[in-house]
Formats: sequence, C-alpha cells, structure tokens
Amino acid sequence: MSVRRRLFGLVAVAMLASSSMAGASDSVTDAIVREAFATATPEEWRDRLAQDDAQALCSRHRNLPPPEVAAQILESQRATLRLPDDGRLMGDWRAGEKLASIGTGGHIGRIQPDPPGRAKGGNCYACHVMAPGEVAAGNIGPSLTGYGRLRGNTPEMQRYTYEKIHNAQAFFPCSHMPRFGHNGWLTPKEIADLVAFLLDPASSVNAGR
Amino acid sequence: MTWRMRGLAAVAVLAAASAVSIVAAATDAEDHAADEIRKYRQMLEDGNPAELMEMKGEALWREARGPTGASLEACDLGLGPGVVAGAYAQLPRFFADTGRVQDTESRLISCMVALQGFTPVEATRDWYRPGSDLEALVTYVATQSKGMPIRVPVSHPEEARLLAAGGELFFRRSGPLDFSCATCHSQDQRRIRLQDLPNFLNPADARASMVTWPAYRVSQSAVWTMERRLIDCVRQMRWPEPAFGSEAIVALQVWLQHQGEGGELQSPGIKR
Ligand code: HEC
Ligand code: HEC
Repeated sequence: MSVRRRLFGLVAVAMLASSSMAGASDSVTDAIVREAFATATPEEWRDRLAQDDAQALCSRHRNLPPPEVAAQILESQRATLRLPDDGRLMGDWRAGEKLASIGTGGHIGRIQPDPPGRAKGGNCYACHVMAPGEVAAGNIGPSLTGYGRLRGNTPEMQRYTYEKIHNAQAFFPCSHMPRFGHNGWLTPKEIADLVAFLLDPASSVNAGR
Repeated sequence: MTWRMRGLAAVAVLAAASAVSIVAAATDAEDHAADEIRKYRQMLEDGNPAELMEMKGEALWREARGPTGASLEACDLGLGPGVVAGAYAQLPRFFADTGRVQDTESRLISCMVALQGFTPVEATRDWYRPGSDLEALVTYVATQSKGMPIRVPVSHPEEARLLAAGGELFFRRSGPLDFSCATCHSQDQRRIRLQDLPNFLNPADARASMVTWPAYRVSQSAVWTMERRLIDCVRQMRWPEPAFGSEAIVALQVWLQHQGEGGELQSPGIKR
C-alpha cells in the first residue's frame, strides 16, 4: 500500500470516528430518527438509540467495513474485553442451557412491553442450532452443535468462547451477533454459564453422535 | 345493521373463536410452527378473516362520521379524490396538501382530520388494537389494489429523500443487542427459531413479502397493517416505540415497497 493511500485511509477513519463520536453525522437519517423517537427518555436515548463507534461505523458501511475500518473496529472492540473478576470462565451448563432459549426481556414501549423484572436471556437459539434435540433453532449464525466435543475445552477455548460472547466484534467486526457482555445484556456469571453450555462434555450441546 | 352486516358479525365471532383454539394448539407444538401455518392456511382457505375487516372498512369509508358528518369518499389517496382502486400499490407518496410523504395509515388519518373533523388524537386513538377502525380502513383500501403491481413514485424530492433515508435506516444499528433491520433481513433463507425471515435486499423475497400486506395474523386474531408490523420489529430490536406515522416508519416503507416493486398485490395476506 502506498504511503499516500495509507494516509488517506487513516484520515478517512479519523474523520468517521470523530463525526460518530460527536454524535453528529452527515447521515440523512439523524433528523428522522430524532423525530420518530421524540418522546423517548434521556436514558432510552443513551442506552437504545445513540450509536457507539462500532454501531455507527457498521451502519455506515452496511456491515461490510473496508479493511482499514475493520481493523479499527477490531482494535477498539478488543480493548473492551474483560475476564470475570473471579476468573471462572466455566459455570453451570444447565443454567446456560436455560439462558440460551430465553428470548424475552428488555422490550419497551406502550403496545407490548415486558413486565418489569421479566427474565432476560441470550436467546442464542434464535440464531444458532445448539443441542441436537432442540429443533426450533434459527440459522442467522453457524451451528454450534458439538462445539466443545469438536474443539475441546482447553483454557484457550474457554477464554475465546467467553470473550466471543462478551463481544463478538472483537473477533468479527460488524458481526450480526450481539455484544452480550459489552452491552451489559448478560452478566459475567451468565456468560460463564453459556461457556459451560457450549464446552462442558456433559452439556446437551455435546451429547450424542 | 343490515342482514349482511349481521351475518358478518356472526361469522366474525366464529372466526375469532376458531382462531383462538388454533392458536392454543400452535403454542403447544411450537416445534411444528411451519406445519401449523400450512394447516391454518388450509383451514382458512375459503375465508380469510381479514375479509370481514375489508367489509367493515368499506362501510366506514362510506359512512358519514365525525363532527362534520362527512364520509371519506372525497379522500385523496394519491390518485385523486375518491379513487381507491390502485392507491395502495402506489403508497407511500408525497402529498402537496400536507407537505409530507404519507403511507396509507397516515393519509387516512389526514383525511379523517380534514374531511370528518376528527382531532389527530381521536383519529389515531387505539389504532393498533385488533379491530380498530384504521385497521379496517387500511384493509379495505389495500384490497382495492389486488392484482396491481407495487410501484411507489420517487419523482418528488421528498420521496427520493425518504427512499434514501429508508435504505440507511434499514442498516442503522443501535441498542443493547446491536440490532438493525439488516441483522434479520439481509440474507437469504434465514430463520429466527423456525420463523422464516424475508431478505429485503433480495427483490424476489421483498416482492413475495410486500404483496401480502396488510395481513391477518392468526396468532394475534387481528389484521396487522405494515406500520404495525414495522413497529413490532422495532420493539423486537429493543428500541423505544417509534411514533405512529413518523417519517422513519414511512421511509422504511418507501424503501421496502421500492425493493418489492413490481410484485402484484394479494392483500389481505394471512400469517402465523
Ligand atoms: C442475532 C444473531 C445471533 C445471536 C442472538 C447469537 N449469535 Fe452467536 N453468532 C452469530 C453469528 C452471525 C456468528 C458468526 C459470525 C461471528 O463469528 O461473529 C456467531 C458466532 C458465534 C460463536 C463463534 C463460533 C465459532 O465458530 O467460533 C459463538 C461461540 C457464538 N456465536 C455463541 C453464541 C451464544 C452463546 C449466544 C447467546 C448468548 C449467541 N451466540 C447469540 C449470531 C448470533
Ligand atoms: C430480531 C430480528 C428482527 C429484526 C431486527 C427485525 N425484524 Fe422484521 N421480522 C422478524 C420476524 C421474526 C418476522 C416474522 C414475524 C412473524 O411471522 O411472526 C419479521 C417480519 C417482518 C416483515 C413482514 C414479513 C412478512 O411478509 O411476513 C417486515 C416487512 C419486516 N419484518 C421488516 C423489518 C424492518 C424494516 C426492520 C427494522 C426496522 C425489521 N424488520 C427488524 C424479525 C426481525
């Protein structure tokens, strides 16, 4: 890559980053979004409508970031990775199994909100085939059946799996997979339970065949 | 109430009762949701309950109502005052009198305000409740475009602006699950659990979906308009509820209709 092109790339990245950080952009949708959600509370704006850098960049590039932007996202998302304070990466696979199928929680609005305190899960089955016995599984993500049996449950795999669930974009910029830990949707303990669901040899994910 | 309307009301009660039991059966056997949908379709083949909504909507269209005691028959849905046939296939579009690009829902509301003297609050109250007047009116208007190709105009600069905005909004990610419409609707042959997801980047999928709205939803025993559908997808994204008739919702529809251009309308559709 020529110096000029690289410089151009960096400048472009810097421009994108600063505009999204300032919360303003040249996007024609900003005013439209403001109008549609005029009655949203400041907390709802902060937690549900404002975009962080990764969201803004992935939106702008329609989930296909050019290499320079992809590298920038990868770097910023890797910097968010945190292991749990107690160091336990593998929790209770049965608790993880339950979390993987809970699709409720966090719905707001007037028409059909969740009652306060409604259980919030990972809803992994919405996108992944997991235990072979569960046929109501979606396919936005790859099949995870036999995940631990096929890949082992070494400390490295535990760490990768934990970090992947915490922030999928630390490995795959603009992945469709939610950043469950980074966004505070799942707790470190819940993520560890899901790691066990995927890696524990006794888990239904690794059963049979 | 004419004998015809009375008969319809009786059919409506029966249809609602059978829909409820069908729904209960489906919840028990969620694993077989796709099979169940095929079954509903068979059972409802010669009677989509949405047809009752269509008739209710037609009666509402013709009835003198509101403070001014006028009917909606002078309402301009884009093809001239009183022209209903074909209007849905070309909505949303720009209207000079309101200065906005409007979808079927928001245009009907403008007419209820301008012609019948309702306040905007009255005209939109409970619009999302099953059996609402607006649901009936939209169903009536849409069925008058049956067999006609979807073709939304983009000649006015406002129409072009909303088309571009709709495409951007489709990819706009935010919220605790990082969702945008594209998360669920930008790849072929994808499912959430067992529910098939149209890929709106693929014109064949977009046409197949857009021609079926508004649709009777068996699981809700109600007709859903496109606004209702989109507002529910936004709810699933864990965003706040967008304002009814807001530009964001209209822009998404301009873009979706554009993606589905040429599809021949089969409204009302029938869904899970
Ligand atoms: C909205 C869709 C979606 C949801 C919900 C989702 N995922 Fe994913 N997941 C994906 C996609 C798409 C990929 C592939 C791209 C990537 O690696 O980021 C993926 C990849 C993965 C991988 C990496 C697989 C590999 O081969 O390394 C793991 C592990 C995983 N998901 C676990 C989970 C768990 C656990 C949950 C629930 C807490 C979950 N996912 C929820 C979409 C999703
Ligand atoms: C988390 C997943 C998800 C997201 C994000 C999502 N949708 Fe959907 N969408 C669905 C599901 C599931 C259905 C089918 C629901 C059913 O049949 O009960 C659906 C149905 C639809 C339909 C009707 C399809 C048909 O003909 O049956 C349209 C149109 C649509 N979505 C548009 C959108 C738009 C626009 C957005 C963004 C504002 C969006 N969706 C965001 C999951 C999603």
